[in-house]
Amino acid sequence: MSRIGKKFRDIVKRGEKAFIPYIMAGDPDLGRTVELVRILEDCGADIIELGVPFSDPLADGPTIQKAAQRALSGGVTLHKVIDLVADLRKHSQVPFVLMTYYNPIFKYGEERFVRDASEAGVDGIIVPDLPPDEAGNILSFSRKADFDIIFLVAPTSTEERIRLVSKSSRGFIYYVSITGITGSKLSMDSSISSHVSKIRSLSGKPVAIGFGISTPEEASEVARFADGVIVGSAIVKRASDPDASLREYLLSLRKAIS
Amino acid sequence: MPALDELEKAYFALGKDRDFKREIDLLLKTYVGRPTPLYFAKRLTDYLGGARIYLKREDLAHTGAHKINNALGQALLAKKMGKKRLIAETGAGQHGVATATGAALCGLECEIYMGSDDIVRQSLNVFRMRLLGANVVEVAIGSRTLKDAINEAMRDWTTNVRSTHYVLGTVFGPHPFPLIVRDFQSVIGREAKKQVLDAEGRLPDYLIACIGGGSNAMGLFHHFIDDGEVKMIGVEAGGRGIVPGEHAARFAGGSLGVLQGTKSYLLQDDDGNILGTHSVSAGLDYAAVGPEHAFLRDSGRVRYTFATDDEALSAFELLSRTEGIIPALESSHALAETVKLVPGLPKDNVVIVNLSGRGDKDVQQVARIKGIQL
Repeated sequence: MSRIGKKFRDIVKRGEKAFIPYIMAGDPDLGRTVELVRILEDCGADIIELGVPFSDPLADGPTIQKAAQRALSGGVTLHKVIDLVADLRKHSQVPFVLMTYYNPIFKYGEERFVRDASEAGVDGIIVPDLPPDEAGNILSFSRKADFDIIFLVAPTSTEERIRLVSKSSRGFIYYVSITGITGSKLSMDSSISSHVSKIRSLSGKPVAIGFGISTPEEASEVARFADGVIVGSAIVKRASDPDASLREYLLSLRKAIS
Repeated sequence: MPALDELEKAYFALGKDRDFKREIDLLLKTYVGRPTPLYFAKRLTDYLGGARIYLKREDLAHTGAHKINNALGQALLAKKMGKKRLIAETGAGQHGVATATGAALCGLECEIYMGSDDIVRQSLNVFRMRLLGANVVEVAIGSRTLKDAINEAMRDWTTNVRSTHYVLGTVFGPHPFPLIVRDFQSVIGREAKKQVLDAEGRLPDYLIACIGGGSNAMGLFHHFIDDGEVKMIGVEAGGRGIVPGEHAARFAGGSLGVLQGTKSYLLQDDDGNILGTHSVSAGLDYAAVGPEHAFLRDSGRVRYTFATDDEALSAFELLSRTEGIIPALESSHALAETVKLVPGLPKDNVVIVNLSGRGDKDVQQVARIKGIQL
């Protein structure tokens, strides 16, 4: 079982919910990313999502787009993010998930990427522009390496698509709370809970909810019907804040997700 | 993905619908002004002293370019699907104008995404879109040209997918877009084939078209693909020369990759990030090329080459003087290849050049390049 799988098994057993923060690797530099990972762990992160900067982040709103541009102008690449995880792994057992787009992986070479990333201690990936229909190659490489490929379900997904994602996704299923891009405004309505319970009943896999969650109130609301809550843009916005206020914010999220 | 599934289903269903086809055909005839003429360019032929040159006059289509063939088709498709709003990206502004026109005709709301660099060099088209009732949204991130306008349009579509249809303007993007756009544009080659048979009694020896995403070229080529004796040439933007960031010639300087839902040739660095591009022509200034062109290139059916900014500018002036036709800077790239190729061909050869758009939109920019104050 993967590190992510074990983490969810333990959390579910304890009747808790996973807190999954996202930061952009290399924003504004890799040194800060190392500090942020330590802070996130201190504040109770269960799984850490590391964004890999890409020139054309289609699923991301302005906050993460700008963070990616800052990281790219500092010369951060997929290779360097994998090396970073290898360093972090020396001191940490937290599961790391990379969120990237497909082209950097394609250019790296899928088989080589899965091998290098899992050797470095990366536990899985989220690739928003890679639907399971097109992921045959990387899925077959990842099975051999115990490497999780996490697919997304949108509010507009049909039952047929939910079944396909449920079958293919490993580690957990990422439910996108809104039709939109990261950092958009969340609109809480009953459809989130009904969608998530449908996904759960069709898949039997843990479901984490992300996109648009920024306040502890929203995190707490969403946590009621999910196994995990992902917070991205709102943390990226605060990534250069003084550590004390950043910690305070993260702890308030942690407390809300229970 | 659900939106793409919905679109594919609707498109295939309507493809079989006789009324839909009749409605489109009538509008193409009475609104767009089709068929566009196939014009024998006698003075250009005499000047170059080689093969006989025909121009497929897409510049005479309503709104001034081939883009209307696709935009009108997709606007009608969207209306049938019950969508209330159209969005589109635009580079040179021709596709934006065509989509705004389709929206006005069908009574739909319209929003056009355009890079800030392109807004400056194509200000005339920005004003036309606004006159047609569209809202033009400036995209000031990344390359500030067509690629980032597509990113923003895709983000909008993801957000407003229930009410909105994304009118992609070229043979790119995820399936079914390359197929839909090619189908709507293939009217160009269907007409050209009949017209050249009427005029010459035989098929042409060469087809030449410029390639940004590649919709005008796909439209011209499609009905000739199985005619092995017809040679085809696609002309990309060579910009200031084949140096990273200075051109948009994906076949000359690119490699395989996946961008915006399409696997094709891209201009990218070793880490898979997309490189900046340059072309004097906003419509060709794009880092990727339609996937069917990648296929036609790898299979050897079509030859791809490029023309530089300077070559395109001189072809722009040449056609204006010899034929009294001011071509779009995009189409001027196809003309630049014609200027290189035709003098070496026998006089009984026949060449069709796709004159994909008219140059009115480019006049201000050409004046600026020549240092002339208007």
